[in-house]
Amino acid sequence: MLRGGAFFGSGLRDSWMPPNAAAHGIAVDQLMRWDVAVMTACFLLANILLVWVSLRPRRTPSAPSTWRVELVPLGLLVLLYIVMAVTAEHLWARERFEGAAPDALHVEVVAQQFQWYFHYPGGDAAYGESRPQLINAALGNPIGLDPGDQHGRDDIVASELVLPVHREVDLQLRSLDVIHGFFVPEMRLKQNAVPGVTLHVHFTPIREGVYPILCSQVCGSGHARMQAHMRVVSQSAYDAWLVSRAKRVAQ
Amino acid sequence: MPATFTRSVVDTERERKDPGFGGRPPVDRRPTGGGGGDENWDHRHGRGPRALLTRYRMGIFSALAGDLMFFMALVTAFFFRQSSGHFDGHGAYILDWHPLTIPPILYINTAILLISSVTMEMGRRQLFHELDVMEEWLGMGRPAARRAAPWLAATAALGVAFLIGQWMAWKDLASQGFFFASNPSSHFFYLITGAHGAHLVLGVLALFAALAALSLLHRMELRQIFVDCTAWYWHSMGIFWVFLFGLLVFFQ
Amino acid sequence: MNNLRARPSLLRRIFTTEDRAIGIHYLLLSLVAVAAGTLLSLAMRTQLAWPGIHWPLHGPMLPEEYLSLVTMHGTLMVFFVLTTAPQSGFASLVLASQIGARRMAMPWLNALGFWIVAVALAVLLSAFLLPAGGPISGWTSYPPYSAIASAGPGQGGGMDCWLLSIGLFCIGSWFSAINVLVTILTERARGMTLGRMPLTVWSWLVSSILILLAFTVLFAALVLLFCDRHLGTAFFIPQGDWISGQIVGHGDGSPLLWLHLFWFFGHPEVYIAILPGMGLVSGLIANFSRRPIVGYRMMAAATVLIGLLGFVVWGHHMFVSGMNPYAGTAFALTTMAIAVPSTAEVFSWLGTLWGGGLRRTTPMLFALGFLSLFIAGGVTGPILALPALDQYLHNTFFVVAHFHLIMAMAGVFSIFAGVYYWFPLMTGRLMSERLGRWHFWLSLIAAYGTFFPMHLEGLAGRPRHYAQVTGSTSTLAALLPMERGVTWAAFVLGAAQILFLINVLWSARRGTPAGENPWQATTLEWQPTLLSNRIERGPYEYHSGTTEADFTPQWETASQEE
Ligand code: HEA
Ligand code: HEA
Ligand code: CUA
Ligand SMILES: [Cu+2]
Repeated sequence: MLRGGAFFGSGLRDSWMPPNAAAHGIAVDQLMRWDVAVMTACFLLANILLVWVSLRPRRTPSAPSTWRVELVPLGLLVLLYIVMAVTAEHLWARERFEGAAPDALHVEVVAQQFQWYFHYPGGDAAYGESRPQLINAALGNPIGLDPGDQHGRDDIVASELVLPVHREVDLQLRSLDVIHGFFVPEMRLKQNAVPGVTLHVHFTPIREGVYPILCSQVCGSGHARMQAHMRVVSQSAYDAWLVSRAKRVAQ
Repeated sequence: MPATFTRSVVDTERERKDPGFGGRPPVDRRPTGGGGGDENWDHRHGRGPRALLTRYRMGIFSALAGDLMFFMALVTAFFFRQSSGHFDGHGAYILDWHPLTIPPILYINTAILLISSVTMEMGRRQLFHELDVMEEWLGMGRPAARRAAPWLAATAALGVAFLIGQWMAWKDLASQGFFFASNPSSHFFYLITGAHGAHLVLGVLALFAALAALSLLHRMELRQIFVDCTAWYWHSMGIFWVFLFGLLVFFQ
Repeated sequence: MNNLRARPSLLRRIFTTEDRAIGIHYLLLSLVAVAAGTLLSLAMRTQLAWPGIHWPLHGPMLPEEYLSLVTMHGTLMVFFVLTTAPQSGFASLVLASQIGARRMAMPWLNALGFWIVAVALAVLLSAFLLPAGGPISGWTSYPPYSAIASAGPGQGGGMDCWLLSIGLFCIGSWFSAINVLVTILTERARGMTLGRMPLTVWSWLVSSILILLAFTVLFAALVLLFCDRHLGTAFFIPQGDWISGQIVGHGDGSPLLWLHLFWFFGHPEVYIAILPGMGLVSGLIANFSRRPIVGYRMMAAATVLIGLLGFVVWGHHMFVSGMNPYAGTAFALTTMAIAVPSTAEVFSWLGTLWGGGLRRTTPMLFALGFLSLFIAGGVTGPILALPALDQYLHNTFFVVAHFHLIMAMAGVFSIFAGVYYWFPLMTGRLMSERLGRWHFWLSLIAAYGTFFPMHLEGLAGRPRHYAQVTGSTSTLAALLPMERGVTWAAFVLGAAQILFLINVLWSARRGTPAGENPWQATTLEWQPTLLSNRIERGPYEYHSGTTEADFTPQWETASQEE
């Protein structure tokens, strides 16, 4: 418990969230800090009030006026809620309402119990067709790419997500079996991968490093270990990585 | 025994004597029914002999309100499912919804069900026939019950006919190779007709029970309640069916 | 009198249709459920604090076993404790007398409902006996995971048990809701107008309507899921769905359909769980601070408003589930709107307490505890309601903290408040204040100790349903010390409940006799004699003198007063 206390102390500095590494994360963090602070204040204020009124001896024999104790404070809280809603919806709209820029990097994320696979379109910038019938991890085809489809010839399927820094990326998520949750805390990003539909999220990594990818939707006994790594590297390192993978695909 | 329990034991004791739900024993002048702030309380509708009736009507109506939500959920699923398809490998959007042709017999069934609603209403009316009700109330014979019985029997018969009709419709589809699992529209066809059919089975059973009640139950208002609630249930099943049928015919 | 004292036969007392007896039945049933659910939660906490600990006669806990504990814990607690005890239980216990009726409208329906719920509980618990164990897809049972037996251990027989049990529960609670609704609408005594109903009655009214409209939708969803599991349909299973090596998806089913149906039920459900508690607490606060509740009309209106708005906010559970982001915005706004009436109730509680030197009896302590916990859990609601933040917080322990504070702890505290308050009606005796105080303070502190740190874990990005935070791949190992702290607090919390059980057992026999109207309350369940006259006043007429006779109960008439 003591170490818990120490952890508590250390955490308070960075508002508990792991350091942000995404462009939109800066605004998210500001909003999070602000809202959590305000609501914590409300919580403390209300509870102090509660303790105080229940300890204080009877002052006013008659109940106070509804107006004073109820409507006015309620009005204030409503204002607060409106401000919270407006600011947050702004951010949400900016993030999600329109898709990624045309020049964004495209990667397909394929989830299955209990693995993440990352499918790069390769040189021709086109994904090869994939069919569940062809799935065979043993033969190195975990997402069922169709060998007959020449779009798929140069495709890269990796088990870690390697991204160049400062380049917007458009992930398209799908799942082969059940609902999974694609969660990268440092990217302030979460989106479910739902079988049968393809969902897009886009973001821009702004800091090099290795970040955990967690599964945030219960999907079975391996849910807790359904984790992968997102490696954000410089553009040159990224190109080098692509080349090396492309070689491996060629053989 | 603690003090307060004896009070409720008094209640249980009293239950034994009092003939049925809510019939008020002489000692307890506590009125039941509807609250209401108006001064001339005694003129309020909802007390007196009809109190029990209104209570049970309220019950059946709230139950039916819930039931309506059940069918609403199915209909929502129907439209949701109708609009969900998938992309094949070549990026072509594929809808697997193949409308299926409604077996013609359903039109006949619908007619039968509507007629049955009429007979049901006739039967219900009988039990609220002033004179007959008074006679029965005073315990001289059961003219109302006697008049109602044939109507109820007719309704039950029509109900059974409807169910058989639905069954034939299913057989018909099966012979064309459409089974429950065949494709989405057949899922919904069987599901909707099945769910509604299950409700009607209950309705028919209720009708038989009501027929029995007419001769077995001793209190007039219980007989009324039995028939009345069955009737409202039956009518709403008819209405639900009309809407569901319209859904199956026009919105596939 | 003596011949009346003669107690009815055992069978008659078990299969009774007497409202109070059924109420007690319901409370006992949820006591069983809560005991089971608590033990499960403590087992979960143990696993989280000391992963891989060796369990006697069993060995280390497997992930799927952990998940089935979580699923059963959530299901038991939500359905069989918080939907059952405050709504069906307390309503059967006092509703009839509170509105001055001799008894509820349809006692037999009430009894029927109870027995169906009892069977449902048995079916649910029996899932543990199956070789493959209980269901493991969480209390929300998202398909396709819940639709396909091969998707995981426990998703076969265990999941079927879950389906059957919840289906039965729907029907059972549906019956008892009809009974409650009709009772309130038709059985009120003379002069008991809507405007004179105690706020408990208002909230029972709203909750029963919510049950009628929401549980039927859940039932429909269950039927669809059953067809997917056993009749080869594809409502929720998408095309080409590929599970454990074979293709199981044959039609364009959509998992999102389940999410919509489930949460359309799920959100009203959580208000069903808390509304009766809110009504009860309003009454207690008025009673023990000896003054009318501030803004009675506003409270009633807020209750109704919460009920209405409850049907248009379900999407706030689905912000990142693949729902259209515009819909996300719409649901965020409705959710912020529903926070307003709740806030209004909080203020009128605080306002009623304001400067009214109150009596700190045990029921009142628990009412105050409810208030504190409701606020604690409530303030995180508007944060979760914002998609921009929820995309980070969704399915993290921040959410777990939110709903344990506002639902679990606040709800359970309202149950306690009710039991301590109405105990005299059940046994004619008061519960021990001494034990009650200990129980209260231990529970309150332990509750905060257990669930407050979970916010921090959530902010640190710790997802739900993780069998352990440590492990080869896991990146959350740093949280282990905090997990241990939480677990210790949870142990205290669980242990504190033993005091409650002792108190119940002891007071039922040795408690000080309560006499008539021990709390000097104004509502009708405390009326000394059968009500024969007409209600002429509101529920909370405490005039704030400091004399003893500072209140006029509802059963007193104006004439007596002059
Ligand atoms: C009413 C609801 C309720 C209650 C009371 C509790 C009580 C507790 N819960 Fe639970 N919990 C849920 C509802 C509840 N929970 C739900 C819905 C989930 C999600 C499940 C899912 O994701 O599928 C969950 C999940 C959940 C998790 C997350 C698991 C995970 O995702 O990995 C954890 C982890 O610590 C947890 C812990 C606890 C603990 C320590 C308690 C302790 O508070 C236990 C102590 C018990 C009490 C204080 C109650 C005692 C009450 C009485 C004795 C009153 C009885 C009297 C009468 C009935 C007359 N719960
Ligand atoms: C009793 C149950 C209950 C109640 C009452 C609430 C109340 C609220 N809930 Fe909660 N909620 C749950 C039970 C409940 N919730 C459960 C079980 C889940 C998880 C389900 C699952 O995934 O398993 C959940 C999840 C949940 C989510 C989804 C989180 C996620 O999965 O990502 C959201 C999002 O909007 C939400 C919002 C709200 C809001 C806005 C309220 C509002 O009604 C809150 C209103 C109250 C207040 C706003 C406090 C008022 C007081 C003040 C503001 C103090 C001010 C005073 C002074 C300053 C003096 N809840
Ligand atoms: Cu994949 Cu959880
Ligand atoms: Cu909700």
